[in-house]
Amino acid sequence: MTKDAARALLEEIFGRFAPEVDFGAIDAAADLREQLDIDSLDFLNALIAVHERTGVDVPESDYAQVATLDAAAEYLAARTG
Amino acid sequence: MVESASAEATREFLMPSLGADMEEGTILAWRIAPGSRVSRGDIVAEVETEKAEMEVEIFDEGVVARILVEVGQKVAVGTPLALIVSRSPAASRPATPQTAAPTPPTPEPRPRPAAVEAKPAPPPVAPALTRERKRVTPLARRIAEELGVNAEALRGTGPSGAITADDVRAAAGAAQQPALAPAPAPDREASRQRVIAALMERSKREIPHYYLGASLDFSPALAWLEARNRSRPVSERVLPAALLLRAVALAVRAAPEINGHYQDGAFHASPALHLGVAIALRGGGLIAPAILDASEKSLDELMRSLRDLGARARAGKLRASEMSSSTLTVTNLGDNAVDFVQAVIYPPQVAIVGFGTPALRPWLDREGGLCARTIVQATLAADHRVSNGHRGAVFLKAIERALLAPERLA
Repeated sequence: MTKDAARALLEEIFGRFAPEVDFGAIDAAADLREQLDIDSLDFLNALIAVHERTGVDVPESDYAQVATLDAAAEYLAARTG
Repeated sequence: MVESASAEATREFLMPSLGADMEEGTILAWRIAPGSRVSRGDIVAEVETEKAEMEVEIFDEGVVARILVEVGQKVAVGTPLALIVSRSPAASRPATPQTAAPTPPTPEPRPRPAAVEAKPAPPPVAPALTRERKRVTPLARRIAEELGVNAEALRGTGPSGAITADDVRAAAGAAQQPALAPAPAPDREASRQRVIAALMERSKREIPHYYLGASLDFSPALAWLEARNRSRPVSERVLPAALLLRAVALAVRAAPEINGHYQDGAFHASPALHLGVAIALRGGGLIAPAILDASEKSLDELMRSLRDLGARARAGKLRASEMSSSTLTVTNLGDNAVDFVQAVIYPPQVAIVGFGTPALRPWLDREGGLCARTIVQATLAADHRVSNGHRGAVFLKAIERALLAPERLA
């Protein structure tokens, strides 16, 4: 999965929890949860969806590496080959 | 008058009260049709109230004989919605005794809800109610105050003779304005906020709150949870929020006087714990559906319930039983970077437990050594008519004990 494809998938998944957010307008290098105003429950549900769609299971110890949209896309692209 | 065991009985399925603040509901969809077989717990309809959309369960068994209220109709709480023919005589509320045919039943000796066409004169208020203070719905009370109407002096047209908002408006002469077409549907968020406002006003007016708070060492519980989550797939991981719910469920055993309802001038302790969870809705709005029988659930089950409740709250798929039955509520602001919350009790409940955001803080261990610990502030707002500070402190202490022995929280 390319980084662009990973980003598109993340936008689709996180968009379900923040339907009114325009992903074109957010800062891809800033904290994703804060920008989308989603809580830890939404975040967990989004990661469950990521796991279902890509097989990538982000462990809690890696949460810092998926904190921004940019970083999360990179993380996902690297692990889906 | 004994009915034979095989006799068919027709029962009314009524618009349920989905919370102390609800007066009426709109049928959004029926999941049943005449001829459908229903059993206890089946979801039969989707209903919208001022506060939320939710799914309504039935607590009878039988076959649907007739649907009485069409989709889109708004009716008062207590209005018959459908007729259910049942073979079992042991059930909730017989409609017309000895009548098997699904004819519209004669109303019970209570006033018809206001939404139904005008009857010559409303029947007298049910005798049981005349002894008590007249029931005035919270919304009606608020509007009465705004309009300067003595609500208690009115004749109620709501269920059991309750005085409703419409009764107050009519009395205030608001109804004298030419009957306009139905007002434009008010903005849903604004309407939800008004419901919260009415409930919170009532709470602060009627409930003498007292407040306690304690800083708790959350580190041992978090370390335990992290280790436990490490070996689990993401779908089975447990959030600290669920751990706190589990601690509350255990602590309630030490202080049963914070779990129940205060109604008609007396506290009614609840044997079961139906734990309300405050959920902020996107774009504003607050809803506090219950995790039913929370004290019977393991940590993993509580986590599943929490996830499920959150998802359904946002999708408007909560069930009626979840919206009306909370016996104690928890509000967790763990994601919001606040130290603590002094919450407002949801009437008729008698307490609300709050958790602030866990944060790394300087702490002294048992030997007085300085260390860094993750601290969470637990607060209790409770009804002083029912409990006192000492009992509240016992409850917070029990939460602390539970968090310090996390392996027992599983």
